Amino acid sequence: MHNFDFVKPSSVEEAIAALASEEAQPISGGQTLIPSMKARLNAPETLVSLTGIAELKGVCPDGDSLVIGAATTHATVAADAASHFPGLAALAGQIGDPAVRNRGTLGGSLANNDPSACYPAAVLGTGAAIVTNAREIAADDYFQGMFTTALEDGEIITSVRFPIAEKSAYAKFLQPASRFALTGVFVAKYASGVRVAVTGASENGVFRLAEAEAALSQNFSAEAISGLQCSAHEMIADLHGTPEYRAHLVGVMTRRAVAAAR
Amino acid sequence: MPKDDGIGASTKRREDVRFLTGNGKYTDDINLRGQCFVHFLRSDVAHGRIKGIDAAAAEGMPGVLKVFTSADFETAGGIPCGWQVTDRFGEVMQEPKHPILAEGKVRHVGDPIAAVVAETYEQARDAAEAIEVDIEQLEAVVDMKAALAEGAPKVHDDLTSNLCYDWGFVEDNKDAVNAAFESAAHVVSLELTNNRLVANPMEPRVAVGDYDPWGDNHTLYTTSQNPHVIRLLMGAFVLNIPEHKLRVVAPDVGGGFGSKIYHYAEEAFCTYAAKVLKRPVKWTSSRSEAFISDAHGRDHKTKIELALDADHNFTALCTETYANMGAYLSTFAPSIPTWLHGTLMAGNYRTPLIYVNVKAVFTNTVPVDAYRGAGRPEATFQIERLVDKAARELGVDPIELRRKNFIKADQFPYQTPVAVVYDTGNYDATMDKMLELADYANFEKRMEESKARGKLRGFGIAHYIEACGIAPSNLVGQLGARAGLYESASVRVNATGSISVYTGSHSHGQGHETSFAQVVAEMIGVDANSIEIHHGDTSNTPMGMGTYGSRSLAVGGSAIVKATNKIIDKAKKIAAHLLEAAPEDIELKDGKFSVAGTDKSVDWSGVTLAAYVPHNYPLEDLEPGLEETAFYDPSNFTYPSGAYGCEIELDPETGKIDILRFIAADDFGNIVNPMIVEGQVHGGLAQGIGQALLENCAYDAEGQLLSGSFMDYAMPRADDVRGFTVDHSCITPCTHNPLGVKGCGEAGAIGSPPAVVNAAIDALHRAGHTQVTHIDMPLTPARVWAAMKA
Repeated sequence: MHNFDFVKPSSVEEAIAALASEEAQPISGGQTLIPSMKARLNAPETLVSLTGIAELKGVCPDGDSLVIGAATTHATVAADAASHFPGLAALAGQIGDPAVRNRGTLGGSLANNDPSACYPAAVLGTGAAIVTNAREIAADDYFQGMFTTALEDGEIITSVRFPIAEKSAYAKFLQPASRFALTGVFVAKYASGVRVAVTGASENGVFRLAEAEAALSQNFSAEAISGLQCSAHEMIADLHGTPEYRAHLVGVMTRRAVAAAR
Repeated sequence: MPKDDGIGASTKRREDVRFLTGNGKYTDDINLRGQCFVHFLRSDVAHGRIKGIDAAAAEGMPGVLKVFTSADFETAGGIPCGWQVTDRFGEVMQEPKHPILAEGKVRHVGDPIAAVVAETYEQARDAAEAIEVDIEQLEAVVDMKAALAEGAPKVHDDLTSNLCYDWGFVEDNKDAVNAAFESAAHVVSLELTNNRLVANPMEPRVAVGDYDPWGDNHTLYTTSQNPHVIRLLMGAFVLNIPEHKLRVVAPDVGGGFGSKIYHYAEEAFCTYAAKVLKRPVKWTSSRSEAFISDAHGRDHKTKIELALDADHNFTALCTETYANMGAYLSTFAPSIPTWLHGTLMAGNYRTPLIYVNVKAVFTNTVPVDAYRGAGRPEATFQIERLVDKAARELGVDPIELRRKNFIKADQFPYQTPVAVVYDTGNYDATMDKMLELADYANFEKRMEESKARGKLRGFGIAHYIEACGIAPSNLVGQLGARAGLYESASVRVNATGSISVYTGSHSHGQGHETSFAQVVAEMIGVDANSIEIHHGDTSNTPMGMGTYGSRSLAVGGSAIVKATNKIIDKAKKIAAHLLEAAPEDIELKDGKFSVAGTDKSVDWSGVTLAAYVPHNYPLEDLEPGLEETAFYDPSNFTYPSGAYGCEIELDPETGKIDILRFIAADDFGNIVNPMIVEGQVHGGLAQGIGQALLENCAYDAEGQLLSGSFMDYAMPRADDVRGFTVDHSCITPCTHNPLGVKGCGEAGAIGSPPAVVNAAIDALHRAGHTQVTHIDMPLTPARVWAAMKA
């Protein structure tokens, strides 16, 4: 790891000011950034920690929504969101291992937008709003491909507003080594219809499954999508699975998520 | 009698107290005054010609003491290979030079090009980034068959090809084997891969070199399974340091699994650089570095064929294997696919004719050497997969086909057609025990229960044999070993009766400090807590050839028995003098010497005190003191065997396999510490199941390692291996060592991979997927699903 300066502001304003300097980079839980710095693949001159800002933390019900601070750890979401939004809490409780869950944060995961991360499926699958220091971004506009988002330089996520679903579940098939999602599907049922989002499978990152959403909006049952066929086009090919295998898993995991939805 | 800590007691491991409380002393815990740090600049291409190295900027960076390249090692030898294989035609293998730092070419990703020594590790790493290396990238050879093709790029320009050797065994059997196949009623064949693995011990490798200029003494602290072997290889072949000027210390070592047997370039570098710089030089491998610098394991591609007569008796076996050596020959690499593999191809069966052909190939990959089991897992996997396939093709029960061809209990000693003589065994007994513990009779009920939940259940069987306790020296010498394979021990009895045992057998997880003490406690009849086991330092322990091949108790333990018997003989003479009796009338029982048929006695400490305070002592006949050394060179290998059963559930929607039951019924001969044996089997099973389902060291066509971290290399975790049923009540003691022990360290990793794969194929066949005759390891969900769809 190269040397760097470390600042830990206590407000969003201070953080934004600190990020204005050249080669400064925000750090939240550091579960991706620290390993890449240790491998010398990333060498920011200044790290601006977002974990000392009280207003970025916490799980807060707000009418039909659950607002979660960007610097809230996965472990906190798993515990504190359980009674409000069990499908979301269960997803948070399956991320990584206990060490990752006690460090990694919601905002960090979304800013990184790893194509195999779990949280993007929940955010897109609920149609959540990503709240930043400058604006609100709809989930459908936020994810722009592998490791790419709508965030501008110097813009930080402050919270995420999740519409609470009537029923929801996340079905994740583990990549055997990393235990990221080889394919993960988040399904959420709302009065207005059903949303289905898939992570881990596509070269373009998280995506919605329109065909399944239409069928499930008519009939929210695994049988309604028994014939679901997903194209292997632009699916990820690696040591752990072919595009065809991932496309197949999309159907299997979607049916399992629907069956498990509570 | 110390029943709670003698032979057969499950004494708790005394070494665990320091390990579990964080008080183990590992090589990385050693920090010497004035120590500096080395970072190796490693090749990021698999094959390339070094056209220039410009280290001027790096040498001027803060804290940098020196940048070394191959030019600094012109007087040093290459890293030696410890085994020379002679090929089918009587020619010795091709043996390329393995320089400490790359000379002229880089030959695998991770090949060290330069080494930066600096005041701190981070300074060394910073400076390494400033070294400019001009490399002309060359086409890499990764696939073994492609490497042997006409016109393939050569890994070593000075060799005639990428073929290390073409070995045939037994070459004289070849025509008879061919004839047997021509007259066979049935021939069954199978092509399979034994997947490349990375050992990944919990502790990465570390080396600290130290030099004392006043006495011209070198010391190397290193993470080794065999410090004496490192002293011999590095001193005699690489750095030209005589043994009395070189001390090698392997303190606590956090697992090896084979990967810490070998002499590595980093050890020679640190020893040499410490002398050049007159300061201690330390290297600690990162996990990422371990993936590209620790020797890998396995990596065989094999075609195996079995001939059977009309009654399903095995009549001949023939194999053709391509074995990957990687870019250089690691210490024992040539012996693994040959003498540790070909000699095991009879398995547990009476197959009368066997021919094994092995082509060892150089490729632009990390060197490959022994990994837990070493050659024997490769042999067992082929045989047990093929026998299962044969049973399926012939429509007979795989258990009955095995039993029909087993060497029977009354046929030992059994001369196999592949040189070795099995001394004892009872394969029907272990098979019976496994089936009983597995509740095999009720398997189909459980299968129906799985079916009701939409899952496929399968039961897989494997029966293995291994050759352990690698020896004897005169035999391995004929087979090409450049060393002997004995062990030694010194037993030093102190004046007050406590005992210090110095063994050449290093312990790095095996529990020697506990089980070796149990052996001595049993023999003398004293409390094991009065016995200390010392190992790992060449300056105070007698010569040891290393801990591998499940040989420590069978060979090292036997040396301790021999030395302890010398102690007892002398102590009896002292006791006889004290009791005014004849030595042959003295009995030793429960730590007390008595005159047979009388009530006259003297206890152990009375004798030991007399030995060191010889006021009343037969000085004219006996030397004072009580210390003896013995060397033990066995007359044969030992032959543990066992039956393994694996019951799995397979999710037909995803292809994922869950192991529900795993039963290991082993015959390890006599057992010193059942708890330690059980732990060894558990560890072996976890690694074998890891190979079967998870672990896959994969390169792309350019020689880049695709599984270079735990993000892509799947190690088994606790929830992958949820529990085992382990039994070692079937005992046929080894006939040729004093303890009657066979060795247990590798069995789990040898027997489990075919059991797991056989279980998967069984589940698929029972569900109608009869087109699936084999799936290559690891049986990842994606591979299983693809096989079902095919």
